[in-house]
Amino acid sequence: MKAFAELIRKIDSTNKTNVKVDALTQYFREAPAKDKVWTIAILSHRRPPRPVNTTLLRTWATELAQIPLWLFEESYHIVGDLAETIALIIPASEESSEKSLTQFLEEIIALKKKSDEEKRDYLHENWTALNYYERFVFSKLITGSFRIGVSQKLMTRALAKATDIDIDVLAYKLMGNWDPKTVTFQELILEENAADYLSKPYPFYLAYAIEDAPEDLGDVNEWFAEHKWDGIRSQVIIREDELFVWSRGEELVTDKYPEFEAFVEDLPDGTVLDGEILPFKNGAIGTFNDLQTRIGRKNITKAQLNKTPVILKAYDILEWEGKDIRDKAFAERREILEKLYTKVQSEELPLHLSETIEFSNWEEAAQERERSREVMSEGLMLKRKDSPYLVGRKKGDWWKWKVDPLTIDAVLTYAMRGHGRRSNLFTDYTFGLWDEEKEELVTFAKAYSGLTDAEFRSLDAWIKKNTLERFGPVRSVTPHHVFEIAFEGIALSKRHKSGVATRFPRMLRWRKDKKIEDANTLEDLKQLIPKPGKAG
Amino acid sequence: MDPWKPVDKAIISHGHADHSRWGHKSYITHHTNVPIIQHRLGEINVTGKEWGETFVINNVKFSLHPAGHIIGSSQIRVEHKGEVWVFTGDYKTEDDGIAVPYEPVKCHTFITECTFGLPAFTWRPQSEVFTDINNWWAENKAEGKTSVIFGYSLGKAQRLLRYLDTDIGKIYTHGAIENMTEVIRPLTAMPETTRVTRETKKEELKGNIVVAPPSAHGSTWIRKMVPYVTASASGWMTFRGARRRRAIDKGFVLSDHCDWQGLLESIKATGAEKIISTHGYTDIFTRFLLEQGYDARTEATQYEGELGEENKKEESEDN
Repeated sequence: MKAFAELIRKIDSTNKTNVKVDALTQYFREAPAKDKVWTIAILSHRRPPRPVNTTLLRTWATELAQIPLWLFEESYHIVGDLAETIALIIPASEESSEKSLTQFLEEIIALKKKSDEEKRDYLHENWTALNYYERFVFSKLITGSFRIGVSQKLMTRALAKATDIDIDVLAYKLMGNWDPKTVTFQELILEENAADYLSKPYPFYLAYAIEDAPEDLGDVNEWFAEHKWDGIRSQVIIREDELFVWSRGEELVTDKYPEFEAFVEDLPDGTVLDGEILPFKNGAIGTFNDLQTRIGRKNITKAQLNKTPVILKAYDILEWEGKDIRDKAFAERREILEKLYTKVQSEELPLHLSETIEFSNWEEAAQERERSREVMSEGLMLKRKDSPYLVGRKKGDWWKWKVDPLTIDAVLTYAMRGHGRRSNLFTDYTFGLWDEEKEELVTFAKAYSGLTDAEFRSLDAWIKKNTLERFGPVRSVTPHHVFEIAFEGIALSKRHKSGVATRFPRMLRWRKDKKIEDANTLEDLKQLIPKPGKAG
Repeated sequence: MDPWKPVDKAIISHGHADHSRWGHKSYITHHTNVPIIQHRLGEINVTGKEWGETFVINNVKFSLHPAGHIIGSSQIRVEHKGEVWVFTGDYKTEDDGIAVPYEPVKCHTFITECTFGLPAFTWRPQSEVFTDINNWWAENKAEGKTSVIFGYSLGKAQRLLRYLDTDIGKIYTHGAIENMTEVIRPLTAMPETTRVTRETKKEELKGNIVVAPPSAHGSTWIRKMVPYVTASASGWMTFRGARRRRAIDKGFVLSDHCDWQGLLESIKATGAEKIISTHGYTDIFTRFLLEQGYDARTEATQYEGELGEENKKEESEDN
């Protein structure tokens, strides 16, 4: 644990990526093999399930700090991180633990099944026997996602440096369903391994947004375009008569989409498709909002299956006849995909093809992009015909060219303190639109991005001076500031007070030139909802 | 006391801009603060007082007592018909070796700041913090880098200067800090420093340390220090998020205000029953004091505490 806490302290002492990578590389060279596996697991979001719920954690930390619970809560809202709050309020200790990271994780896993009393004793004992950084890391392992300014990409880069294994090969090895409890560093990283090959997805190739005009991409004939579908990016794997569905977040979601079991029959073994899971009913693509009902559920009921059936809109093929074909040109891969699709397509099979479109000039492409909302897409994807399928987010061969967002002018009504680097600053906002009589502001969206640091600071200072009421961490503020809110999509929704759900709302502009009377109404917002049309 | 609207007689606790404003007819403050506010405010009508020296205005008895916040900082004791109130301005309980250390003053009502009035704030002794700062400097030097440390030009900067280990290298200063330090040199021992000017060569800075105000971070001025590593010395560095938000490499927790325990112990030592919180986490702090049995309330002021000090646009920045 000492070495791991020291690693986190080092990472915390710099703002420079190279220094972070060097610290990680050194750690990967020196740490015991099993600790390395756990470090990789933690930094790729594979921490063990939370052994203690946060209510109990707060209560027990409060006991140790001898402060009232409400004071802990207030401190937490200001600090913005539960583990950090715990590490700060518990009386300082200069001690350090000789236990290894692996030992701590094994204890934490075992803790889940223990009685509350045993859990409490265990936490109290360790909290008081660890120094600040160890206590922070220990609490972080227990409380949840381990976000500390090190991305999986950065960790993989350091691991590549430490092991001299190619970074793309490592990214592939780290995909999928491996268990840090049982796997060794040798098996996970060093050995060529066939056993877990069966379910293993390929790292997704991700596109950057186009920066300027598409004309800069050169000859239009070198590019395919397709619509950018608004669903869940997924990889569907058929190997040895088994189906695996992976989401982009590297989550195995096979069980959530039972309709895809039909692929096992119709698609040959050794096939991996890249595509988008979309809601599709009565011949039309639904909205992302429809899909929400399928995402959060562990067990899908018959009713949900009937209400929101899904399809895979396939746009690429990464493995064919058991061979990795990511090195082939996109045009060649598309040929294979289209041939396969023509052979298997049917009314019942939930497999659709994302059509590629060719243009004779960029102007035509721009016109097609204008049609995006009609066909329920977010814009266009531009893919170079001769491009291989790369690993991760890379510039050059694939670009997303989204439609301009929808916008509306809304009034800031509530504010909440942010987390992480925005701790102690009011950066999470709620916005309202006028009701029909223009008397009341109805909440329609929350947003916390789009302003500059300087704007956030000035708004934070204003909020602190113009608070009307406090509801725990939330403050209502005097309606005064108007913001132009941009969003990608809009749909009717029963789950929202306003009756409307917007997708990716964010602040586009702080309209200091507008008074609150100039803000839009809920009715204006509803006018933006596209009329349902046929698409496919 | 520390008025933000123009008055005839302003009793000033210390030289930070949110406590000593321009535009009063006359100023009364501790004599060590006189050169400081003259430097900041220019031509003013100011009277310097000794610690504990009483003076009467409108039948009310006033005296100044050390607050330990920065050099020349006082608490203001107010007495009328046997009723005693104390106004702290800003204060800290740790003796920093520069400011005359804080002394609790018995009173009935204590008007206190609570910039860091949350149990999350616990300061380590400054000797430990300075060991860390000097080790950091030495490490950077070994890697051939220049260390740039940010601290407010009045108070924090001089505290840093005093305890930087000149066996490691030379200390350079930003113009705003050098100007203020010149004012303070006659009042307390300060090490030798070199002002960074247009003529300063990049090569001579290498491996040395530069003390600069927070506003210099991200300015073109700092480019001369490449390759450099940045640090900030502030109570806010307690929060990992605060350091990351400011895009600073290293945070050292070093404050000229009280931490949580410091506030509670000071209040106890005054024997006061009524506590008025002026700036900081006032609502939370007051609620806690009420639960502890104090007659506590908040009072809205325009004081900003350490956050204000950090965000303040430094004057004479180009010098």
